[in-house]
Amino acid sequence: MAGIPHDHYEPSSGGEKWLHRRLPILGLMYDTLMIPTPKNLNWMWIWGIVLTFCLALQIITGIVLAMHYTPHVDMAFASVEHIMRDVNGGHMLRYLHMNGASLFFVAVYAHIFRSLYYGSYKAPREVTWIIGMLIYLLMMGTAFMGYVLPWGQMSLHGTAVITGLFGAVPFVGDALQTWLLGTTNGSVGQPALNRFFSLHYLLPFLIAGLVIVHIWAFHTTGNNNPTGVEVRRGSKEEASKDTVPFWPYYVIKDLFALAIILAVFFAIVGFMPNYLGHPDNYIEGNPLVTPSHIVPEWYFLPFYAILRAFTGDVWIVIAANFLTGGIIDAKFFGVLAMFGALVVMALAPWLDTSSVRSGRYRPMFKWWFWLLVADFFFLMWLGAMPAEEPYATLSLIASTYWFAYFLVILPLLGVIEKPLAQPETIEADYEAHKAKSGGTHTIVETPAE
Amino acid sequence: MIRKIALSAAAALGLATGAFAAGEEAHVTDYAFSFEGPFGTFDQMQLQRGLQVYTEICSACHGLKYVPFRALGYEGGPHLPADQVRAYAEFYEVYDEELDDFRPAVPTDHFPESSLSNAPDLSLMAKARAGFHGPYGLGLNQLFKGMGGPEYIVSLLNGYTGEDKEEAGTILYQNTAYPGEYLAMSQPLYGDDVLYEDGTEATIEQQALDVAAFLMWTAEPTLNARKEAGFIAVAFLIVLSVLLYLTNKRLWYPIKKGKADTPAE
Repeated sequence: MAGIPHDHYEPSSGGEKWLHRRLPILGLMYDTLMIPTPKNLNWMWIWGIVLTFCLALQIITGIVLAMHYTPHVDMAFASVEHIMRDVNGGHMLRYLHMNGASLFFVAVYAHIFRSLYYGSYKAPREVTWIIGMLIYLLMMGTAFMGYVLPWGQMSLHGTAVITGLFGAVPFVGDALQTWLLGTTNGSVGQPALNRFFSLHYLLPFLIAGLVIVHIWAFHTTGNNNPTGVEVRRGSKEEASKDTVPFWPYYVIKDLFALAIILAVFFAIVGFMPNYLGHPDNYIEGNPLVTPSHIVPEWYFLPFYAILRAFTGDVWIVIAANFLTGGIIDAKFFGVLAMFGALVVMALAPWLDTSSVRSGRYRPMFKWWFWLLVADFFFLMWLGAMPAEEPYATLSLIASTYWFAYFLVILPLLGVIEKPLAQPETIEADYEAHKAKSGGTHTIVETPAE
Repeated sequence: MIRKIALSAAAALGLATGAFAAGEEAHVTDYAFSFEGPFGTFDQMQLQRGLQVYTEICSACHGLKYVPFRALGYEGGPHLPADQVRAYAEFYEVYDEELDDFRPAVPTDHFPESSLSNAPDLSLMAKARAGFHGPYGLGLNQLFKGMGGPEYIVSLLNGYTGEDKEEAGTILYQNTAYPGEYLAMSQPLYGDDVLYEDGTEATIEQQALDVAAFLMWTAEPTLNARKEAGFIAVAFLIVLSVLLYLTNKRLWYPIKKGKADTPAE
């Protein structure tokens, strides 16, 4: 399966041989665990294990929470309070699940930006990237539907706003919204709560399936690494100079990183579990009263800011409106922009024209990349601000940069940028780092490492 | 009867939310509570005083529908003895569906819902008002000063200026802590509204602090247990990460410092 030559599983005992002839599952596990992994991976390569942990944590806590939760508009809020007050350990389960979603998104954003910096999305890892984007999309869907379940004020009215976006789709919008909510008047009620509960339970298992495919894909191409230089595959000996087996080297390293991250995570869960949540969600949902300031969870804020940035008085919105004869109005344009922001990111493998993978050897790219990271956090802050000046203009500028990075800067940089010399092999780079003399290459350390 | 109460409670919740959300950032003072910080726990005596203030003042209009009477006996809360919990519950009348009539409450019953149409239920108020405070909406006051719902509650009870105005037939009272500046609740505390058994002087601020602490407990009765669990988990994980750090260092040593040719596996 894997492209990098390495030793494969040999059944030794009689029992193993018996099983191996019938189901080579031990071989699959051995090859997965012993996969040759570039030995120069830095600390930004630990997020995969954190994400896997998060998925497991969310599924396990979620299954137990579902045993005590009631998906009914009159009982959901009270059943969450029942979990918080009367279920043994219920408050910890719920706070772990609630903050687990935040940890999940912290990890996924770190993972995504690591890929963007080191060019992990580039050939031959496009499929890994696309599957990753699908996982991210499903994660957002799952998190969104999970947020509806406690049936607080923000659950209810956040859902009304987001499902209302689908109503902005031309021609089929109303039908789509009805199909999503199960009610014809756009109101979020019992049918919506019930189906969101059902889907919130289902989607994590789809994510788990995609995670397996994601791992399969990058085990086929081999991991990327901070140099972006491929592992040599001429022979087993050659490959072993660039790599170490995943077990035990990276398992232990990743577990160490996970333990540190979990210490911070448990400090948040134990000492300030509601810090990342919105207080309005401790008020039972009431369709008759709309909170004046509806704010999504922090992990949606950058894209929420993009959604709101394109208002009716922006020239590109006016132009789109005119050119499509009014089919694309400001609301629909905002929806397109929000999903478009994700689509352009997913298309990065084909928009990035540079043949150099790692940002380490791309002097100009580096600046634009860190500006994108800053832009992301800036958008996150803007998403939480009220829809008024100066935030509207700032949102528009920040949103424009997001699109410009993928649609203009990435394609152009590949043409105009003069990359630095890359190391011949991973081994050469590793030895150069070890000697601390810098070797024959100019290696610029990045703050991410 | 029950339906009417439920409806009015919902309306009350709504009214309060709308007004709160619509207003500007009002003045909330940072008070020090015993339950702030990673090691802070509830002060049992304060919760008992707070229960007294709630019972004698707030419960005239407000309810605590998510809180069962039995919780008053739990450790980490007011921790009343079982007979006192039973005696306390009997003060209240609850509607029993089986009897189709009202009867004295027992510890397994919940506190009643709000009796006044525009008085919100207070069970979760300390968390529902734990605003995403400034500066710049970054929540730094909440993070570093531990400011939240209890601070808001004390500031509100302390924030009446004595001014009022009439709007659409209702008298609204000016309050420096209320986001809309004017609210429908008249000043509930004037000082010496209750007589504390432990001899604590019942100033407005003292009573407000006590009832705010009590309402934090009704909103988060598992706070002590949660912090304990958090502390154990963090301590365990720090020890574990030190061990894993040493393991990792030892494991990678031959590769980082040793010869370039690593074992083929």
